[in-house]
Amino acid sequence: MTERYIARSSAIAARMLGGEMMIMSAVDSTFFTLNEVATVIWQAADGRTPLSEIVEKVCRKFEVEPDSARRDTEQFVDELSRHGILLISDKPIDNPSARPTEAL
Amino acid sequence: MAGMTQGPHDIAIEIGGTPVLLRTRNGRFHKLLESRYAGFVNARARAKVEFKVDLIAPGVSSDEDVQVKMKDGKWSLRRGDFNSEWDPRAGKGWIRQSANPYSIDSVLRIVHSLILAREGGFLVHSASAIRNGRAFLFSGLSGAGKTTISRLAPSDVTLLTDEISYVRRDGEGYRACGTPFAGELARLGENCSAPVATLFFLEQGPKNQIRPISSPDAVRRLLRNILFFADDAELVKLVFRSALDFVTLVPVRRLTFFPDERVWELVD
Repeated sequence: MTERYIARSSAIAARMLGGEMMIMSAVDSTFFTLNEVATVIWQAADGRTPLSEIVEKVCRKFEVEPDSARRDTEQFVDELSRHGILLISDKPIDNPSARPTEAL
Repeated sequence: MAGMTQGPHDIAIEIGGTPVLLRTRNGRFHKLLESRYAGFVNARARAKVEFKVDLIAPGVSSDEDVQVKMKDGKWSLRRGDFNSEWDPRAGKGWIRQSANPYSIDSVLRIVHSLILAREGGFLVHSASAIRNGRAFLFSGLSGAGKTTISRLAPSDVTLLTDEISYVRRDGEGYRACGTPFAGELARLGENCSAPVATLFFLEQGPKNQIRPISSPDAVRRLLRNILFFADDAELVKLVFRSALDFVTLVPVRRLTFFPDERVWELVD
């Protein structure tokens, strides 16, 4: 199966508040709040870590089955990419904006 | 602009400490503005922003929604009933509209929202009032009770607005300023300001009660009520950060109230 890489778009603003990651798309002002699992995926989206590694991380951290974690992660990634706030590629993404989101 | 000669019908309207000079050659329109913005007219203000107002004959205005876009360093502001351009670097612009107060009111709201976005503030759908030197904001969309709670305010309360509050960053907190942007109460706010003590999100209910609200929920509700019109990624990010900063620095609560004057016993 082809490996995928994900990176946070530069067209967003994000910050952790009250235990939730809050994200706003600067393109269409859509506002998202992420739960704990989604926040781990979001923070790992540096453009260089393969999605399979991110899924493993989710499995370890939350003790979930790999199949279930993969399915949920891919669904989440696809949804955020539809809103343009996550970028997906089959190659590593050189994205200077993919730094810790609290600083954005 | 600072140092420029004002014409006989020019008028400077100062909201939130930011004067906007409107240049018109029409004496009747000048009178209309003077009356509509009474209390906010400052003849001696050195305006940083100046608009030449070209009045056109009233005609059929379209129902085109508001569009605010930056192009070649200038803001373009359009709606079915007005057209405007503003060069923020030069501090100059023009407005084309018929001689009605509603179009100019909308232009002023948009211009102030753009200015405030860069200064860490915002305009928000909320009533606001000063009591004992501190400002309280009562936010909510239409029907939430902004006008009702304003109408119920006791005599020691100074009303800043019943519809749109002007919130600017002030050191480690925020300051609410009076606005002439009136809602159903049809009464201008007082032209004064005070540090914001609490933001309440209004809900009408069977009894008066203040309840806590989580920070994420507060941000979500605040963003829903901030007036921001510009299709501009940089400013959207700034407004988002301001909303987060506000919720971090200012107590935010839910206020359920039964519509009688006793609700003000909880606001102090």
